[in-house]
Amino acid sequence: MKETLIPVVGVVTDIRIDTPDVKTFRVVTPEGKKPFEHMPGQCAMVSIPGVGEAMFSITSSPTNREFMEFSIKKCGCLTEWLHVMEVGQQVTVRGPYGNAFPVETELKGKNLLFVAGGIGLAPLRSVINYCRHYRENYGTIDIVYGSRSKDDLVDYQEIIDEWMTTEGVNVHLTIDREQEGWDGHVGFVPNYVKELNPDLSKTVLVCGPPIMIKFTLAGLKELGFTEEQVYTTMELRMKCGVGKCGRCNIGNRYVCKDGPVFRYDKLGELPDEY
Amino acid sequence: MVKVSPIDLFPAIAKTQKLYVPDGSQCSGMELHKPFKEWKADKNAPCEKVRTPKDFFFPQTENLMAFKREGKTIEVIDTREEKEDFVIFGVRACDVRSFAILDKVFLADPVDTYYKNRREHATVISWACSPEWMRETCFCQTFGIDCADPEGDVAAWFDGSFFYLEAKTEKGEMLLDRIKDVLIACDEEPVWDLKTAIYTAKKELPLAGLTTDGFTPEKMMEYFNSEKWGELSEACLGCGSCTFVCPTCQCYDIRDFDTGHGIKRFRCWDSCMYSDFTKMAHGNPRVSQLERFRQRFMHKLVYFPANNEGEFGCVGCGRCLSKCPISMNIVKVMKALKEGDNR
Repeated sequence: MKETLIPVVGVVTDIRIDTPDVKTFRVVTPEGKKPFEHMPGQCAMVSIPGVGEAMFSITSSPTNREFMEFSIKKCGCLTEWLHVMEVGQQVTVRGPYGNAFPVETELKGKNLLFVAGGIGLAPLRSVINYCRHYRENYGTIDIVYGSRSKDDLVDYQEIIDEWMTTEGVNVHLTIDREQEGWDGHVGFVPNYVKELNPDLSKTVLVCGPPIMIKFTLAGLKELGFTEEQVYTTMELRMKCGVGKCGRCNIGNRYVCKDGPVFRYDKLGELPDEY
Repeated sequence: MVKVSPIDLFPAIAKTQKLYVPDGSQCSGMELHKPFKEWKADKNAPCEKVRTPKDFFFPQTENLMAFKREGKTIEVIDTREEKEDFVIFGVRACDVRSFAILDKVFLADPVDTYYKNRREHATVISWACSPEWMRETCFCQTFGIDCADPEGDVAAWFDGSFFYLEAKTEKGEMLLDRIKDVLIACDEEPVWDLKTAIYTAKKELPLAGLTTDGFTPEKMMEYFNSEKWGELSEACLGCGSCTFVCPTCQCYDIRDFDTGHGIKRFRCWDSCMYSDFTKMAHGNPRVSQLERFRQRFMHKLVYFPANNEGEFGCVGCGRCLSKCPISMNIVKVMKALKEGDNR
């Protein structure tokens, strides 16, 4: 009988250095296959046995049939270890866990506005590339992405080469402070969203640091957006990934299985403990 | 109804399956079930409850799997083993109910195969409470548990000379069938007398009137935001004793241990009362003991029932009442929240 806690082995076949503290790891099984199928927004438990295991969003799109990617920021014990890995290193993966952004239902045919800050782009990249792949199923796509500096923008080359060149996709980049060699927008993401004054037809997908999410939501509300139009994806500590270990419990929901994607009005029904 | 003398009963079961019985020799502390050796009336009665029988299905520590790491390669080793059938005798009504509550967690999709494997191989014989075992901390009736007529695969009553047995499930019938040679058919009258004595004693207990009235999922935000939590949690030491003696607490941690010649991945009980339970690299959503304390009781009284057709995550066994070093407990929490209600 299959046990969900027992992982499979994955091989790191490519490591892309995104920023000084973010790397994107490409993972396949030892047979060279994608470890498992997923939907945009779902997560996986990645582990180095003996070091630890943690939940990461799968940043590659399900439309990528060859491999799975994780963009990981160096910020703790396990991630430090992952960052010193070399190509060929094996890890373990299990999943997919959680729900996904409703790309096949509620988001279909909608004009989409993605709002991301820093490493918060990782889960949204999966959705963005999914929507780009099935371009005809969605309306306009606007992406507001900000980071501390130019060097902290994750997926920068892909944004320039692929996203900005896709028809109907508008990318709005911003960095927190002026920087030499940057002639784009400067300022915090929530303010930039307000400046851009997106029309109210859009459905919004937000991910970033909690403070950014908070101010973005407040700004969107000021512009006239309702909570039913906004989706976000959450992060809490997890051990099992299947709603049993008790860590990611908020009210009667478990972020690992009932989330990580929540529509804002649904999140409002839960205790404010995240 | 059948009856059997303990002299005959235990060897008959032990002959066919591994049998665990309460070990009263540890009366000063633990209620630990030990493999059956011989029947001693004074030694084999359930006594003060400290540990719970949940260890049989969800042990405090268990090895989930192993890994071999060599250079860049990793090998995952499935260490699961097929369990043998076994019988647990003398589980009290509250603890039997706790198994049903743990089932709702571990057998919910996706099934925890470690738990399921043990659960499926076990036959549970409950033991109706004797008035002597009742304590002022008992409140199982609050959760609709009848300690005079316990659940389980087989229910047992003891009148001092005979065990009266009643199969409650197919598994229980199979067990009684295996030992049918030692069973004597009898009428139910002696059991009625025992039940009456239990009900009479039960009514006198100080928590006999405690009810769950008012604890409904609709109260989630109201109770979560109650002003009472500050006062209630103020003295909490965060020791986690309540979670470790709780038969329904199921939070766990997963940790790896490098043995020097391989890595073992363990699952261990954990406690939502601990400060690092939810701590992440970017912060902790439950910043103080108030949030942790609130989580434990909200989970048992509101969140769990909201997800499980109103079934509460508490069985009223009273262990946490007797073991909390600051004498805080779920009963005080229930009363305080309800008091706030009436204001």
